[in-house]
Parts: sequence; C-alpha cells; structure tokens
Amino acid sequence: MPQLSKDVRHTVTMTLNGDVVSGYAEPRMLLSDFLTHEIGITSCHVGCEHGVCGACTVLVDGTVMRGCLTLAVQADGTTVETSESLASDDNELSELQLAFKKHHGLQCGYCTPGILMSLTAYLKETPKPTEEELRDMLTGHLCRCTGYVGMVKAVLDYCENRTDG
Amino acid sequence: MSEAFLIVLRQPINQWALAVEKVRYVGEPVALVVARDRYIAEDALSEIDVVYEAMKPIIDQEEAISDDAPVVHEAVGSNVVSTRDFTYGDPDTAFAEADKVVKMKVRYPRNSQTPLEGFVVTADYHQGENLYDVASNYQGPFTSHPVMSMALRVKNSQLRMRTPQWSGGGFGVKVQIFPYVVLICLASKKTGKPVKWVEDKLEHLSAAAAAPNRLVQMEAAVKNDGTVTGFRFDQQDDYGAFLRAPMPGPLYRMHGILTGAYDIKHLSVTNRVVMTNKCPGAMVRGFGGPQMYYAIERIMQKVAIELDMDPLDVIRKNVVPAGVFPYRAAAGALIDSGDYPAAIEQAVNEGALNELKKHRDEMRAAGKKYGIGYAVIVEPAQSNMGYLSNILPRDERQRNPKGGAVANATVNVDPLGTVSVTADSIPQGQGHMTILSQIVADVLGLTPDHIKVNLDFDTAKDAWSIATGNYSSRFSSATTVACLKAAEKVKAKLSRIASQTLNVPAEKLEFVDGKIRDPANPENGINFYRAAGTAHWTPGNLPDDMEPCVRETGSWSPPELESPNEKDQINTSLTYGFVFDFCGVEIDQDTGEVRIDKYVTMHDSGTILNPLLADGQVHGAFAWAVGCALYEEFVYGDDGSFLTGTFADYLVPTSWEIPEPQIVHMESPSMVTPLGAKGIAEGNCMSTPVCLANAVADALGVEDITLPMTPARIGAMIHGEEKPPANNKSVAAAPIKGQGNVLRGTGDTFVPADPQEVWNTLLDPEALASVIPGCHKLDLVGENSYQADVSLGVGPVRGRFKANVALTEMVEPEKATLSGGLIGSLGASRGSGHVSLSAADGGTTVTYDYAIELTGTVASVGGRLLEGAAKALVNQFFQRLGAQVGGTPVTGEASWWRKLLRSLGLAK
Repeated sequence: MPQLSKDVRHTVTMTLNGDVVSGYAEPRMLLSDFLTHEIGITSCHVGCEHGVCGACTVLVDGTVMRGCLTLAVQADGTTVETSESLASDDNELSELQLAFKKHHGLQCGYCTPGILMSLTAYLKETPKPTEEELRDMLTGHLCRCTGYVGMVKAVLDYCENRTDG
Repeated sequence: MSEAFLIVLRQPINQWALAVEKVRYVGEPVALVVARDRYIAEDALSEIDVVYEAMKPIIDQEEAISDDAPVVHEAVGSNVVSTRDFTYGDPDTAFAEADKVVKMKVRYPRNSQTPLEGFVVTADYHQGENLYDVASNYQGPFTSHPVMSMALRVKNSQLRMRTPQWSGGGFGVKVQIFPYVVLICLASKKTGKPVKWVEDKLEHLSAAAAAPNRLVQMEAAVKNDGTVTGFRFDQQDDYGAFLRAPMPGPLYRMHGILTGAYDIKHLSVTNRVVMTNKCPGAMVRGFGGPQMYYAIERIMQKVAIELDMDPLDVIRKNVVPAGVFPYRAAAGALIDSGDYPAAIEQAVNEGALNELKKHRDEMRAAGKKYGIGYAVIVEPAQSNMGYLSNILPRDERQRNPKGGAVANATVNVDPLGTVSVTADSIPQGQGHMTILSQIVADVLGLTPDHIKVNLDFDTAKDAWSIATGNYSSRFSSATTVACLKAAEKVKAKLSRIASQTLNVPAEKLEFVDGKIRDPANPENGINFYRAAGTAHWTPGNLPDDMEPCVRETGSWSPPELESPNEKDQINTSLTYGFVFDFCGVEIDQDTGEVRIDKYVTMHDSGTILNPLLADGQVHGAFAWAVGCALYEEFVYGDDGSFLTGTFADYLVPTSWEIPEPQIVHMESPSMVTPLGAKGIAEGNCMSTPVCLANAVADALGVEDITLPMTPARIGAMIHGEEKPPANNKSVAAAPIKGQGNVLRGTGDTFVPADPQEVWNTLLDPEALASVIPGCHKLDLVGENSYQADVSLGVGPVRGRFKANVALTEMVEPEKATLSGGLIGSLGASRGSGHVSLSAADGGTTVTYDYAIELTGTVASVGGRLLEGAAKALVNQFFQRLGAQVGGTPVTGEASWWRKLLRSLGLAK
C-alpha cells in the first residue's frame, strides 16, 4: 500500500460512470465528500456518515462500498459507479428506476441512489430473489419515508418482467 | 447581534442561536466555526477548549416538577412554565354517577422520525439592502418566519427564505432548523460571505428535534355496560430546555379532539408544560396525536379488561355513532364526516378478524405468547392557526384573536398556452406535484402532463402566509383547494375570452381535450392555447374590464377554523379522518422480541385524490410508528448525557422489521373542503404505537407497557430484570454510580518481562507516555499523579483530551489502583481500575479490570462502539507495554486487534 503524506492533497483519478475524472484529496477526505464537492456529482448522499444508513452506497470496481467509510485516495485508479450511471445516455430511466417510479418506491429520494446501487450489484448475483431474500438484502439501507413497501414491489416486479438482461 | 427568539408563552425563557452564559442541554451550540471546507472547520473546532462549570441537571420530568429540583430557567423560577385547566360538560357528575372509575398512568417516550438528510442552510447577507437571502430545507409553518426576522432585527421582507421542491424528508422536524438559519445568517453578516452549513447525524440526533415525552394520568368514568361517560386527563409534556416555536404545539394541536373517536360529553383536562435539560421539543409527525392516543386507547383496553368485555365491543359501544355528522366534540372539534361503526365492520370483515382470533387461540393453546390489539383514532388535518391561543387566558387571547389557516396557489398560462403552477406546500416527496397537476388538468380540460408544477418556494416571490408549509397533513385539504380556486379563476377568465369568439355565454362553455367549446354544439369551440394567447398577444381584444395575461392566485381559509370560544372550545383542525387498526403479535419468549404477525389499518380520509400516493403516506407513517413502538427512543443518562447519538444506538427499523400492513379504505367525503379530501399522512403515527402496545399487553397479560417495547424491556417482563453476566475473573471493580454510559471490562494479558520491569515502566512518565495509545505528552504532576494529552477516536467521534490519572493502593511490584478522568471538547469520563502483576513463565501476567463512566458527546456514540473501542485500546496499551519492556517493535505485523483498531478508525 503506498505511503501518503497526510498534509498533501493527492491527485485521485478514477473512471466515474464511464468517464475518467481527476480531483485532489487529502488522505483523510471521504470518497463521499470527494464525489460531491470535488467532482460535483449529486447522488452520493450522506445520511449518517457512520455506515448504517446506506444512502452513500456506490460501486467501486463493481463492489458495493459505503462512500462515507471509504477514503477518496483508496478509490484512486478504480472504476466507480454511482446512480448517475443507471439512466441511458439520452437520459431514459433504467427499467429498475422505472419500476421504482411505477410503484412509488421512493418519496423524498434521499436513500434511493444508494439502494439502486446496492440492487445493481445484488441483482447481478441474485437475479430473482424471493421477497424474503430481497428484504434481507435491503436491511443494509434505511428509508424513512416509504416503509419499504413500494421498493420491494418495484424490485419484484422488475425481476419478473425485466427485458434488460 | 440578535434578539432572543419569540415564544408563545409570556415567560422569560430566552434562547439565542448560540448558548449564552449557560448550556442547558447536550448538543446546544456554543460556538460556530466558519472555514473554507468542513475538514478545516472540524480541525478548528477541535482546537476550541470550552471550560464548563458542571451544574446539577434535571432530566426526569416527574422530578422536574418537585420543589427542590434544579430549575432550567432561573428567571421563571419553576420548571413548570405553564399550567392550564379546562372543563367541558359536567365531568364531576359523570364521575360521581359512574359505576366504575378506571385509572391509568402512561408515558410516551421522546423520539423523532429523523430524516436521512439533516438540516442544510445557506445564507448570504446583502449589506446594502440589509437583507438575508437564505436557501434551506425549512419546511414551515411560516409562523416561525417572523420569529427569525425579529431575532435578526430585520423586517420580514428582509429575510428571504427559499426552499427547493426537492428536499430529503421532513416529517415536521425541519421547522426546527430556524435557530440555525439565524445562526448562519449572523455568520454571513459577520464574515461578509455566503455561509453554508450541513448538519451531521450526531448534531441531528442530539440537538435537532424531539417529540416531547409525555406523562398522562388519566381516568375514565365507566358504566357497567361499557359506556364511557367522561374522561379526566392530566397531561404533562416535557419540552426539554427551551420552548421553540411552535411549541408547546403537541399539547394543544389535538385539544379539540381530546375525546378521540368517542362520543364522550364530559371532560376535564390539565395541561402542564415542563422544562428539563434535554433537547428542545419539536414538531414531529403525529404532533401530539401519538402521545394523546397512547393514553386514550390504553385506558379503553383497561376498561374492557376491568369489565371483562371484548375491547372491540367497548370501542363499538363508545364511538361516535353514524348519522350525526358534522359532530361537535366536547372540546370543540367539528368532525366533518364519517361512519365509524361501518368502517369498523368493514375492516373486521376485510381484515378477517375472526380468523385472527382463531389463530391467537391456536397459538396460545400451543404455549405461545400471542396477543391482539385494537386502536381507533380520529386523524386531524390542516391545523387551525389559533390552536395555541388556548394556552393563554381568555381575556388575553381575546385582545388578539387568532384562527384560520390560509393556503395559496397560483396558476399561470403563458403566451403559448402552456400551464404552470406554483403553491405553498413545500413537499418532501409526498407527490404534491402529481396531485396539483391532476386538479388543474381536470378543471382546464387538459392532461396532467401538460401542467408544469414548480413547488420551489420563495418568500420574495410566492404568495404565502403564516400557515404556509408542509405539516399537519394540510396539503390535501388546504393547498389543493387554493389550487382548485386558482384554476377555476383561470377557467372563468378564459371562458369569457372564448365567449366573445364563440357567441356562447361564458358560464355555459366546457373545457375538454384542450378545447373550450359549447357543449350543445361541440363543433363551436376554440383551442385552449388560442384563448390564453389572446390575453398575451392581443390584450386589446379582451373584454373592457379584463386585465391582460392569465395568472391567477387562489387563496383560501376555511370559515370553520375560528378562534377558541368563551368556553375554551376550539376546532383545532379542519378535517377529521378516521382510522381503525387491529393487529396480532407474537412475542418470542426467550428473547422478548415482538413480531408483528398481522396488521390491518382502516382509513376513512374522505375523498382520496391519488390512491398510490395515499397508500404511500400510510406505509410511511406505519413504518415510523413501528419504530416508535419497538425501537426508537432518545435516551438520556441521569447526568444529562445523551446516549443515542448514532443510528447504531437510535435504532431505525429496516425492511426486515416492517411488515406490509393490510390497508382498507372507506371514503366519506368531507363537507368542509371542496374536494372532499382529508389528511392521511399521520394517522398511523397515532394509532399504530398504541395498537401494538395493546397487543403486547394482551399477549403478556400486563398493564404497564413502556415504549419502545424493546426485547430487553419485554424480556424483563417475562424473565425478570437481566442480571449482570457472572465473571469469575473479575477483581471487584470500583463501584461507579451509573449515570452516563458506563463501560466495564476485565481481562488479563501476558507481558514478556518480569513484574518489576513492568512496574518500573508504569511508573516512569517518559516510558508510560510512549505506551499510552494516542499520547502526545505526559507530565508527572504530583506523587504518582499524571496529566496526559491524548487523542482518541471512536466511530464518528474523535478528539483531543486531557487526562488526569493517579495511582493509589500501590504494592510494589504486585498491584495498584488507577483512578482519574479525561476531559475534552467531546466529553468527559471518570473511572477507575485495578492492575495486578504476577510472575509467570518468562514474564508477567497482568490482570486488570476497569469501570469508566462517560459523559458528553462521546457518551452518545453508545455502548456497542465504545465497548469494542475500549477493549481495543486496553489491548493496544498492553501490547505497547510489552514492546516497551521487552523490546519488540510497537508497530509490528498486523495482529487481529490491530485490524480491529483499523476497522474502528483507531489505528493506521
């Protein structure tokens, strides 16, 4: 592991949602703060900043990570995906997103990007979860608005009727 | 720089945006750092050394009212800052003539729906205009706008408040951002720059908002047939350290409907407002309803038990009967519509109550603890802005009567005929834009996707009033009506314009499919956009008295919302929905865990404007209510320490804990609102906690149920209080009065050096400094007494502390007692421990025990994190001790505990 000086701002370069981006970060800077304040994306929401709520969840090299428990410098040289990656280039929502819309799977939307990213990774491994399996997986996220009902319906509907693979 | 915040009561309870002279609760802001980014600001924060003189706190609300309790506000002279008595009907006679008087004492805990997104404020002071331009997630009610502008010493128009239409959850909580709005405004004025503040979760949980905890002593006058003829309430709300507007709302918002869903004519009420050293009470979803119905529905179950009746039969016997609406409740609520008996029967049938009862009997026969609970409530919506007037004596409130609830919305049609809408509802994801587009589209004969709704809110540009905002489920009965009125004005105007062209009287025209036409001759019509265009392109062609453009604002205040009358009756809300819930729960007899087996919730919320969105509100309210019933509570130690500062301590339910409730609907349109709609977003916050409590009471056969019904509490009811774990290795740790968070631990470790060497190291300040984790400096300040400067971190909390440690009861080289304390910006600790050294093969076995009591911020991160961290620190200490005396490098290979330390953020 490289030794980094704590007082220096280091260059962090990553492939973010398909584009190579660079910014500066002190070693202590959180990935969530880096993505928001240094790069300028808006989907990495910080809820609790101690790893419980899951709102800041992103994929780093395909692995589900909490943006608030990851340092920006750890993501140097990686591929990072956030929920901005889900819609098509001409801004058509993905089928999973459309299912959330159809079933009122979100209200304020603050928790939604993190949940979508966890689902993106999870549904690759488990394309057709039972409701019980899905609810178990969703315990990694907190939602205060919906009671989880709409999002569970959305994911089950999507898994049943998806045409995107 | 500022004035103290205005409060409802005429009492010297002065609060500013930062603590002045005295800090009254953990989390009260004492200093603000402005920096280029949050990292630098937090660095600077840790350099601020605040020296507190500790005073005796008052935490328990029952102790707070005793004469010798410490007083939170000396100038008031008592912790009871308001007492009001109310009588309706003739309760004394009702109780004298009762066959039975049923009494109950219940408590409702402190909690909050804790949105994931905390407070956010940006403030920009414009010196030339003396204007504060604020963007924040403030949600109203705008009754607190003048509270802010007066604190800032500016006119209302010099405080521009903007709220974006997308913000992350409010649940009432985000009105309490206002002291921080003022603080950030002052920071902008002082620095001459725009200043942004984003609250973190520790700040939010400890200091943002808490629904007041309530103690209710209640009595019901009961006839032997189950009829309840009177209620007596003694309600005592604990508002914490300050009364922030609109407090004490929770005690008065429900006032008109204090008899709940019951036809009870005789009522007496005593309301007390109590102050303690806790976070100020706040507006939180349900707003007084959860507390009130917890008392009413618990006592109704007890009435049934004492009369040996089915609880549902007692409910049926006492609910407001069918056919009497509008019904004036004893304390003044004008219940607009409903059919409670029919709603109950519909839910019983659709929810299959008989099968649930059969299931309960089977479960019980199999030895399980299974219970059924019921709750029936009336859900008020759209608060009367005069409801708090009842806290003032009659003559005082008559000098300045308050009542009503104004709503505003504007419909605009541009030169090409496209329609846009703005309104005063400040949504947080409820779907207001969807519903307003439906309403306007229906009136104007367009489709909802033709209507662009923008609910960004701006006091400098939008129509607003004190009732503006997102609270008390006001949207569906208030903003929708203002929007309907605005759309109808637009329709009337365009009808007159079209009438000129079509030669048909304006009032006869219909708006269909983007056309304005004569229903008798549909061919005779013009396009909607053409009629609208006339008002822009050729205003000269308009009727003589007509103004150009098409922009209409609808403002509405329902006449039913009057000020309190001379009998103290008040119609506290405009609409009153009905909720009836029943549920089955099973209790795990080993763990005490409550499992919700079935939950049925019946809602009569008048006309439903959008079924999907309505159910979304029910699901959200239900989920939070399950949290209130089973998990969520803001906990304080006796010393005032706040103990639930993370989501690992303040437990929010996940998808696993929240079952999907069965929702049953009935629609009795309201006659006091043109669309017939009532509120639906708060009912389950009021019904569900007590419904679950009644089910648990039924399962266990107990009366005294305390929320939240955690496994520890329920387990104690089944098995008795939990005993501390037996630990044979324990060498009697020094007793400490458990106040804040207490950490205890014991253990032993092997150090590869003989006892004398270990002893010498422990007594050598220089050597000890290199052994203590995070130690920057260690000085000998007296005989065997040390002062150290150490950095420590646990989870989200880290900081620099001054430590004082003394060694006593020393027997060289065998044993010693350590005692001392730690103090820093994040809190303090006191503790003691024992160390004993015994020679073992090739070294020394060190046996130790410790008990440490924590207060302040560090206490709020909770036992789960702290215990692990403390163990890790102790391990680290002994490893370094071993290295010091045995010469092994301190930074060796990554041992298991170093990995643990890393995972806790305590090591690199």
